[in-house]
Amino acid sequence: MSELREEFLAEAQEIVEALSRDLLLLDQAHKDGTSTQDLINEVFRGVHTLKGIAGMFGYVRLGEVAHALEDLLDALRLGRREVSIGLLDALFEGVEVFQRLLVESPESPSSEVDLPAFLSRLASSESPGKRDAPDELAAYALDESVLAVLTEYEEHRLRTNVSKGMGLFRLRVRFSLMTIDTQLEDLKTRAKSVAEIITYLPSASGGDGDAIELDVVLASSAPFERLEEILGGDGAVLERVGRRPSRAPELAAPRPAARAQSTEHPAVILPPARPTSAPPAPSPTPRDVPAPRKELTADQLALRSVAHTVRVDIRKLDHLMNVVGELAIVRSAVTRLTEKLRGRPELRQLAIDLHRVNRGFERHLEELQDGILDVRMVPLGQTFDRLARIVRQLAREHDKEVQLVVSGAETEIDKLIVEELSDPLMHLIRNAIDHGIETPKRRELAGKPAMGTLVLNAYQKGNHVVIEIEDDGAGMNPQVIIETAISRGLVSEEAAAELSRDEALQLIFLPGFSTSAQVTDLSGRGVGMDVVKTNIARLGGVIDLHSELATGTKLTITLPVTLAIMSALLVRVGSREYALPITAVQEAIAFEERRVRNVEGREVLTLRGSTLPIARLDHLFRLPPAGAAKRFLVVASVGQKRAGLVVDALEGQQDIVIKPLGKSLSKVRGFAGATDLGDQRVALVLDAPGLLDEILAHERVLGEARR
Amino acid sequence: MRAFVRASLEADLGADVDEAKSGFEALRMLPREAWGLVVVDVNMPDINGLELISFLRKSERHRNTPVILISTEASARDQQRGLELGADAFLAKPFAPEALSALAKGILSRGEAGQ
Repeated sequence: MSELREEFLAEAQEIVEALSRDLLLLDQAHKDGTSTQDLINEVFRGVHTLKGIAGMFGYVRLGEVAHALEDLLDALRLGRREVSIGLLDALFEGVEVFQRLLVESPESPSSEVDLPAFLSRLASSESPGKRDAPDELAAYALDESVLAVLTEYEEHRLRTNVSKGMGLFRLRVRFSLMTIDTQLEDLKTRAKSVAEIITYLPSASGGDGDAIELDVVLASSAPFERLEEILGGDGAVLERVGRRPSRAPELAAPRPAARAQSTEHPAVILPPARPTSAPPAPSPTPRDVPAPRKELTADQLALRSVAHTVRVDIRKLDHLMNVVGELAIVRSAVTRLTEKLRGRPELRQLAIDLHRVNRGFERHLEELQDGILDVRMVPLGQTFDRLARIVRQLAREHDKEVQLVVSGAETEIDKLIVEELSDPLMHLIRNAIDHGIETPKRRELAGKPAMGTLVLNAYQKGNHVVIEIEDDGAGMNPQVIIETAISRGLVSEEAAAELSRDEALQLIFLPGFSTSAQVTDLSGRGVGMDVVKTNIARLGGVIDLHSELATGTKLTITLPVTLAIMSALLVRVGSREYALPITAVQEAIAFEERRVRNVEGREVLTLRGSTLPIARLDHLFRLPPAGAAKRFLVVASVGQKRAGLVVDALEGQQDIVIKPLGKSLSKVRGFAGATDLGDQRVALVLDAPGLLDEILAHERVLGEARR
Repeated sequence: MRAFVRASLEADLGADVDEAKSGFEALRMLPREAWGLVVVDVNMPDINGLELISFLRKSERHRNTPVILISTEASARDQQRGLELGADAFLAKPFAPEALSALAKGILSRGEAGQ
């Protein structure tokens, strides 16, 4: 049952994400004045499906909301209502509500979502919509039998097209039952540019043979000859649906009782209160004109993609990754054993053979590892879509005009990182709109365009993914930041006086810092930049900040592509081994004691013209000095931060799987975890961002972590 | 939705269920199959449910096969029309699995009684 529920949640989440994406497109289309029909259909279908599955899994509240939204969307797609800002707001809010409802358990609804209030808001957002123009459909010589099988939606589209002055056509085609899919796709593709397909009617004569005749009803503004040229051939016959002589003002013909042949069927079961034996009443609804059904293509695509996709719990992938990690350890062990064998002349041949086998194993293992990593990757687009929705909402709430420019949405990153990334990104976006981008008035005074621009950009850089969030807002004032930091007691006045401009900006990452004099509901959710920074550091990432007063602010987040496995440089300090993620290693060079200088109580050396602070890890970890004659300097860098780590030996590079340190040690800073190196050796994995921070802040907190 | 319908019919009726992803796929199955009951959604890709019902009723083979039409309750017009075209029953989504299986049982037993 819980597995089913998880599957439901996964599917529902996907639907909600797609909804969010489509609503943003709809919003844009509405602004641009382009056609919204396909998008409305898309959103309608999403909500409809959501309602269906919510009902199945007992998510009553979710179902209720979906139901209410579905009614709204149905009215939209049938042309009973028109798209408006207010209505879009209601739809966006609906998506928010969905998201919150998905988190709660259906058995114990959370009080966070005030459903009645939302539903009543939704109801009140309904206004009398537009009504279709008088029935022009009646003027067309369409058979009653055709009209009888149109759904309300198809009728509406037909009517819409006719009222736009489109011509109606019927295309008679004969498809083999075996190849109907491809033939149909082909027809849709050809028709797409010139016509809207309203419906497909299987003709009565076919059906029991190998082929079927279809009557395709189309609306198009193209001349008959052009349509025939595009759609004809292969026995297809196109005819124009002419207008009736003017005397036929309405569709007056009585609908044939289509069920006449089946009277021998004893009973018709209907929903309660609907007498089944009553003769079919003429439909009270006026005839609408159905429109083309481009949506169907989308449907089919969706069906097809579902058929080739398997949804997998990320934990299963984690497990596989762990197994791969264990295999990598086995491989290292075999490598070591092989080395030992080599040292014995009588076993040399065996060693060579074993080496060869091990190489093959290594290759396949790498393939396996890459394969699993690849499966874990998801495009950042999903997250960006969510952010786009927030941007829209925040901008409206704050009466700011913001255009969001997204690029690199296809950049892929580990699913787990994406999950953890949402909150920090959301916070940064909130900050950018709340504190960064100014009101249109103020922007104009500053000679900027009234509409602010928020750029969200992602790209891969080696083993890292870089995400940039840049606004063209007011920028940060280092002076204000310093004053705030002093007033909060985060930094002394003397220390502050010595800070460079960039260093001053970094103060916003200190716990307890918040520049906003008045806490707004945007950024002031009790989360500061320090939390953002910590969260990103937890993912092995760093955040860099650049800000120019009056020009804007740019935040750059650098993250590893995956957390599942990492390549590490093994170093020895004293008698202990440590693993340093290779992504943080810039270079490793021989350490020359004589080049060390002491600047303001801090040890530095000059490396190729730039000053590099150094830290002796044996001091830092309070280990007895090994007294090695030759030592090494590992230049570690994370984002813009750089420091040299003095170690006693370099032990080589190895792929490692990090194991967490466990609860009791989780507070120790500077270490990301431990790893099994094989051969019964265990190494602590250095947390490069944390370590660099500690070093550059020249604190000695790490001493506590001595083991 | 299809999986849901299938599960409901299989579990409660022990029925052997064939499934078509679209109106066309259903059409393709028609000449080969003989069913005791057809469940059809108004909104299907390609051929809509109404068209399929109309087609079934015109075909020799399926003229008398009971049909349950499912759709959203919002589309009263579609449900009315489906019944006119020869559906035996209408069920508004969302519905409980029991509702469908009970309805199906009722229709099937009446069919047997009438023979």
